[in-house]
Amino acid sequence: MPSTQKIYTLFKKDLLLEIRQQYTFYGILLYIASTIFVLYLAMGRPEASAWNGLFWMNLLFICINAVAKSFLQESRGRMLYYYSIAGALDFILAKLMYNLLLMLVMSLLSLLLFSFFLGAPFAKTISFLGITCLGGISISLVFTLLAAIAARANQNAALMAILGFPLIIPQLLLLVKISKSAFGEIFNTGALSQMILLLCGLDLMVVILSLILFPFLWKD
Amino acid sequence: MMKKSWWKILAIALLLYTFTAGFLIQVPIIGNLNQTIRNLFFHVPMWFGQMVLLLVSMIYAIRYLRSGNLADDIYAREFARTGIIFGILGLVTGAIWASYTWGEPWSNDPKQIAVAIALLIYLAYFVLRNSMPDMDKRARVSSVYNIFAYFIYVPLIMVLPRLVQSLHPGGQGVEGNPAMSGKDLDPTMRLVFWPAVIGWTLLGVWISTLSIRISKIKEKNWINA
Repeated sequence: MPSTQKIYTLFKKDLLLEIRQQYTFYGILLYIASTIFVLYLAMGRPEASAWNGLFWMNLLFICINAVAKSFLQESRGRMLYYYSIAGALDFILAKLMYNLLLMLVMSLLSLLLFSFFLGAPFAKTISFLGITCLGGISISLVFTLLAAIAARANQNAALMAILGFPLIIPQLLLLVKISKSAFGEIFNTGALSQMILLLCGLDLMVVILSLILFPFLWKD
Repeated sequence: MMKKSWWKILAIALLLYTFTAGFLIQVPIIGNLNQTIRNLFFHVPMWFGQMVLLLVSMIYAIRYLRSGNLADDIYAREFARTGIIFGILGLVTGAIWASYTWGEPWSNDPKQIAVAIALLIYLAYFVLRNSMPDMDKRARVSSVYNIFAYFIYVPLIMVLPRLVQSLHPGGQGVEGNPAMSGKDLDPTMRLVFWPAVIGWTLLGVWISTLSIRISKIKEKNWINA
């Protein structure tokens, strides 16, 4: 059975590592900034639909870089150590929570930088902020399990992109459609809440599948 | 012999029926479909077949995780492979149909895109498999991926295309082909359609079992060990 204390300790370990090394944070920050500069130089201030597409693609690439690290940094010896002190469920729950927090911060940061350099074509700022958070959460959950799979397959980071891009498309499509509402597009009554519910349902399914499937990846 | 292979005989009989009755019966002429509506007996069963084959593949992946028997992994792999073949055939038959009714073989229809993505998901399954030389690890990791992939595959092809406008029947908007989806399928066409679905699906299972037998012979050293 997962215990709250173990999950908290593992979560705190990842967070402390991040705060002390500050490798992901500044690495990703540089990544976002340089991507946005290139985009600005190439496109200037794009119109709303191009902005929307660029934003979610950018978030996808950030996620691959940020989440991949969380499993790839764990060496074989360290995994053995975790194996002896905690259960599979503790471990995956801690990782899910940590990646969720990381992606939440990264999504909001890239939203800030995007608005600063590429302009902010959305009409409803608050609702787009909410959609960005929802998007960061959805993407981070899917990629946590995929990172665990890729880490098992000889620590292959490129594999994560190959596995992840097709699998993330349902969520990404929903997110792109939902965020159009923040750009002022009008939906049929109920269509928007239906899509948000569907996205939350998919997220819940991904979490449940991660909890069920991760113990099989954990044993070696 | 009859006891074991009755379903193969049934598959042949149903497919013979599909090919004869499918081309001979009176079909309703709807819109610009004309006689191309007969493709319903070939194009649509590919997707039914793919769903069944991939479901079977996932069930064997679950079985592998529970039993650790490498034979189960071979089943999962070969059913997924036939599922991919059915997907390619479905895309090709759809493209031929579309070039006569929609004017071009590929029109970025949501369903076309969704099934193309589904193909990518399952091709990635084989990339993942080949990235690991160790057999037990390969079987376990790819089983986990297989199960995860099926749960994404179903909403991808069943739910998402229904939320948007589509040229296919069943989508939102008025542009879809009329009077061909589900319950308002023509009664005489239904008499051929469902046998065709069963026949093609059985053929898919048959192809899979053949390749499973070949794999088992090739890999018997590992399975028995």
